[in-house]
Amino acid sequence: MSSTGTEDLEAFRRRARDFARANLGPASARTAAGALRNDRTDEEELAEVAREREVQRMLFDAGLAGICLPTEYGGQGLTLAHQRALNEELAGYEFPTRFQAPTLSPCAAVLLDFGTEEQKRRHIPAILKGEELWMQFLSEPSGGSDVAGALTSAVRDGDEWVLNGSKIWTTGAWWSDWGLCLARTNWDVPKHRGLTVFIFPIRQEGIDVHRIEMLNGSKEFCQEFMTDVRVPDSDRVGDVDDGWTVGTRWMFHERMLTNSPLVTVPVGFGHGGTGVSSLVAIGARDAGRLSEPVVRDLVGEARMLDIADRELRHRVGQGIATGVMVDQSAALTRLFSGVTATRIRTIGFEVVGTAGAAWTDEDGQLAHSADDYLMRQVSQIGGGTTEMARNVVSERVLGMPRERSLDRDVPFRDVPRGRPSSRS
Amino acid sequence: MLLALSSDQELFRETTAKLLDELVPVGELRRLREDADGFGTGYWRRGADLGWTSLLVGEHHGGGSISGAGLVDLALVAYEFGRHAAPGPLAVTNIVAATLDEAGGDRFDGVIKELLSGEAVATWGLAEAPPNDGLDSVLLDVRVEGDEVVLNGVKRPVESGGRADYLLVSGRTGSGLSQVLVPARTAGVSVSPMHSVDVTRRFSVVAFDDVRVPLDLVVGEPGAAAGQVELQAGRAVAIGCAEAVGAMQTAFDLTVEWAFDRYSFGRPLASYQELKHRFADMLSWLEASHAVSDAATAALASGSADAAELLSVAKAFIGDYGGELMQDCVQMHGGIGVTFEHDLHLYLRRHTLNRAIYGTPAEHRARLADIVEEQEGLA
Repeated sequence: MSSTGTEDLEAFRRRARDFARANLGPASARTAAGALRNDRTDEEELAEVAREREVQRMLFDAGLAGICLPTEYGGQGLTLAHQRALNEELAGYEFPTRFQAPTLSPCAAVLLDFGTEEQKRRHIPAILKGEELWMQFLSEPSGGSDVAGALTSAVRDGDEWVLNGSKIWTTGAWWSDWGLCLARTNWDVPKHRGLTVFIFPIRQEGIDVHRIEMLNGSKEFCQEFMTDVRVPDSDRVGDVDDGWTVGTRWMFHERMLTNSPLVTVPVGFGHGGTGVSSLVAIGARDAGRLSEPVVRDLVGEARMLDIADRELRHRVGQGIATGVMVDQSAALTRLFSGVTATRIRTIGFEVVGTAGAAWTDEDGQLAHSADDYLMRQVSQIGGGTTEMARNVVSERVLGMPRERSLDRDVPFRDVPRGRPSSRS
Repeated sequence: MLLALSSDQELFRETTAKLLDELVPVGELRRLREDADGFGTGYWRRGADLGWTSLLVGEHHGGGSISGAGLVDLALVAYEFGRHAAPGPLAVTNIVAATLDEAGGDRFDGVIKELLSGEAVATWGLAEAPPNDGLDSVLLDVRVEGDEVVLNGVKRPVESGGRADYLLVSGRTGSGLSQVLVPARTAGVSVSPMHSVDVTRRFSVVAFDDVRVPLDLVVGEPGAAAGQVELQAGRAVAIGCAEAVGAMQTAFDLTVEWAFDRYSFGRPLASYQELKHRFADMLSWLEASHAVSDAATAALASGSADAAELLSVAKAFIGDYGGELMQDCVQMHGGIGVTFEHDLHLYLRRHTLNRAIYGTPAEHRARLADIVEEQEGLA
């Protein structure tokens, strides 16, 4: 510790390095892929979750959890530079990916912004100790991008609220602990003014977690059905009917994702680093095509996009932190990451040739390229579509006129809602 | 451009921008279209007085940086050059001055002084006639004969070849590379002008026919210049990228302004979602271009191990995505965007020029593939 009380960066770095060497195993190739894949059993997944809770606890005990979080909530109270140093020192090691997004950002970030003192003291240390995994109860089956159009209702009953409705696209709700939920508390005012945010344990009577099978067989995503779920008023976040104030920050934190100062992402991990373009190259090698000039051009393009994505995140993160850029600029990284990730998936499919259509268990990295390609649009859908991001950038960053909407100044109960799909 | 500048850097950038506003407004650029050199000596000296040519040179040779990282400071000048589509041999003069400072010993002190004052201009000959115009194919022959070296070969395109007082020539001596500082008026050197895509940047074919100069005009050791050549190419990429991003910024700003001002069917272009979404894409490319350009410059300035990778990322990305941005700006303008009267082409030209020199996007993607192969142990 220096005289100012902030740990010297180099000392911190050595401490992180020593910890990683002594305690952590290597990152799995699967972690590096960062893709939604159907390549393990439920038992394997639960074992991974358990290991991540353990590693999170080890990081906490070593003083390496919550680098930029306040010390009164169990964090380290250090700087972004320390977080970056940790990201560098953890490169190539296993790390608790499930505790980063959405647990630390946006969920813990929202609690820090709007939670009561009691909520923060109860949950932030528990998260940092690996005891609580959080999920966002945000999107609904009735509409993904229009989150303020939530239909899940919360009705006050004395000191409690009674929630009914359905949320969807929660990754891994079946092994998670707590939910951050946006619900409608007033149907007689325009949609943005009748929302309230709540928190509650996911595993309780009244919440039915249904696992959704994606087109590639993955069952990571869930839909939850809430029936008369009772939430004490002390588990409300922000003011009644002021949930959109919370929601706006919530979505900002969501767009920041791995760029958030609260989140640990080892350098080279997933599409926050150069992991995906390396997998493209390994796929091309496994297909015996890495020497072809056309393939090399594509491998070079994939690396170019990976690094451009990483550097844009750094720039926008710095711009927002220093106030040079408006908060809504986070939509720039969301847009760019989504578009570049789909391109890299396409390249990964292209470079493996025919093995992209049919493969054997012995084909190494080739085996995943078709699945990744089929699921490619996920990167432009999950976490808010790229179309929404383009609206945010043009309207909130460039100040262009807003799209016309028919639900702005009418009571929410009178807003046209369309017919439920006959297939759902 | 960097998001966070020190107050000294900001003052330097702003002073440069003001000088360019004053001396080379678009009307002057249009006039210089017919000028053989594309820039005036008075203009270049004014810039040299500000420090445009001193940033990569050590203090013992009269140079000096603003921040301690001269290349980062020079990138600020280059960015403003791009924003103004400004004339003048910024990259080549600085590259030659830096190499003479680093590898030339004290015998080039006089030349460095002339370059720093703006009295003289230097250029660098790397590329040769197609297909040897890539980054890695230097064929010009440099032969040592007693206390002389003899040069034979052709360099093209050589920036400001018709105006330069000194030519730093990269050539081959056996299996290694050599660099020689050839005074422009040496016997056997012939210079002929080329056509160029830029309004003010001039390029030449420079032929060397048994050109003999004293051995002490070799910069560094004969046959041992490969590292210096690579460093020069890296600097050229960094400066060119900063300039290209400046040109993109002006084109984008002009087009956003146009979208607000131009009405069709009773509403501004900026109100159409199709166009708004394209502006969002363009802004993401523009900010990513700023990001990779700054990262590459900082990495090269600090001698970071990933400098080569970042430079190739910047050159490939800014070339490709910046090209799409520039052309989409033209598209948003409609017919006026493809006229000489409109200013947009001044910036389109500067970007287009920088895309094609010091390695095309495809060449840099090939370099990236080499780097990935090496990093992942796939070779």
